[in-house]
Amino acid sequence: MLAKKGVGLPSFLKTGTTIVGLIFQDGVILGADTRATEGPIVADKNCEKIHYMAPNIYCCGAGTAADTEAVTDMVSSQLQLHRYHTGRESRVVTALTLLKKHLFSYQGHVSAALVLGGVDITGPHLHTIYPHGSTDTLPFATMGSGSLAAMAMFESNYKEGLTRDEGIKLVVDAICSGIFNDLGSGSNVDVCVITKGHKEYLRNHLLPNPRTFVSSKGYTFTKKTEVLSTKIIPLKERVEVTERGDAMEE
Amino acid sequence: MSIFEYNGSALVAMVGKNCFAIASDRRLGVQLQTIATDFQRIYQIHDRLFIGISGLATDAQTLYQRLVFRHKLYELREERDMKPETFASLVSALLYEKRFGPYFCQPVIAGLGDDDKPFICTMDAIGAKELAKDFVVAGSASESLYGACEAMFKPDMEPEELFETVSQALQASVDRDCLSGWGGHVYVVTPTEVKERILKGRMD
Repeated sequence: MLAKKGVGLPSFLKTGTTIVGLIFQDGVILGADTRATEGPIVADKNCEKIHYMAPNIYCCGAGTAADTEAVTDMVSSQLQLHRYHTGRESRVVTALTLLKKHLFSYQGHVSAALVLGGVDITGPHLHTIYPHGSTDTLPFATMGSGSLAAMAMFESNYKEGLTRDEGIKLVVDAICSGIFNDLGSGSNVDVCVITKGHKEYLRNHLLPNPRTFVSSKGYTFTKKTEVLSTKIIPLKERVEVTERGDAMEE
Repeated sequence: MSIFEYNGSALVAMVGKNCFAIASDRRLGVQLQTIATDFQRIYQIHDRLFIGISGLATDAQTLYQRLVFRHKLYELREERDMKPETFASLVSALLYEKRFGPYFCQPVIAGLGDDDKPFICTMDAIGAKELAKDFVVAGSASESLYGACEAMFKPDMEPEELFETVSQALQASVDRDCLSGWGGHVYVVTPTEVKERILKGRMD
């Protein structure tokens, strides 16, 4: 109704994204680019798209940035509480179910497209979750606006039983393919390797787009800006409170 | 025209060496009609924490009131100031609460944390945090601010140079935006003092 009166709906921060994941010899590797966009504007050149779910589970997010952040944070806290309750490691299917239930109940209005990966007692798992709540279970997966470019790399080079180094190489190639061929993706490559009982978050694993055009001396100003008034407010010294052991005793 | 540009605004925050600056324009308008030229868009939360709210002014003020309320409750319960990171999460949570009927504003948060580490961050209307190490911008002049800051910013500036850089970036940007301008408000915060300056700008 408002739209008809010319009040356009606001544009939110999106992650026009390339996110990928694959299963290798002894676990799962997730990968993501680091560009956040708002329409055609690059809002953040180095954002984080691989979200923490549990110590053994991570999740890549594409779509509306606030939604991917909120939905992964919410589910990760539910998983933490579940671990406190049961005293066991979280399973990937548990995270999957919680995510899809939430997304389905919002009928696609919470626009989060996710690649969920982790290793639990039942082995390595990789899933994709769509904003409407449908899910896939796959040996290799891509999502976001760069998913086609990334999938091209996977389809031509993926095989079963990749080693860790081969796996990381393939993930990096897939993300780079998204970075260079999809305009919604860009900047750096983040990688997360999850194996049984161990994980490695390689933030900015590769920086294929360094800044080269900026002068080392920077910009200096010859003419000062005109100031009408200046007010200086000195800040109070902060007091250190040292706690004595029996402060609460009678 | 987008509802974010109804009142017009320009906001920028930059990090220097153990200090930060946050600046805004001073115009409040209704579309092309100017209503006020001494409008406050930047609010002080405590000694070393500031928030600037761009976008629809009515929503900005409502949001500010709710933030002050929540911050006071926190101060009473915890008997300490809120860390900038914590405050950013609070703002983000308040915004996401209204996911399907948002406040039409985009906040910029800047503060000095423990050990005087500067923190700046911005968000969209539904609370997607965007942390940056150098500068953040918001408002109807944000596009030109991105350009100006990207060219003028350099790391580890001292307070006086930081002030000059922020002011020049702001002035250059608002002069290319019809909806913001009429001078500027600049706060430079160091571990020992807050310097608030009012800038003279074009009056058209």
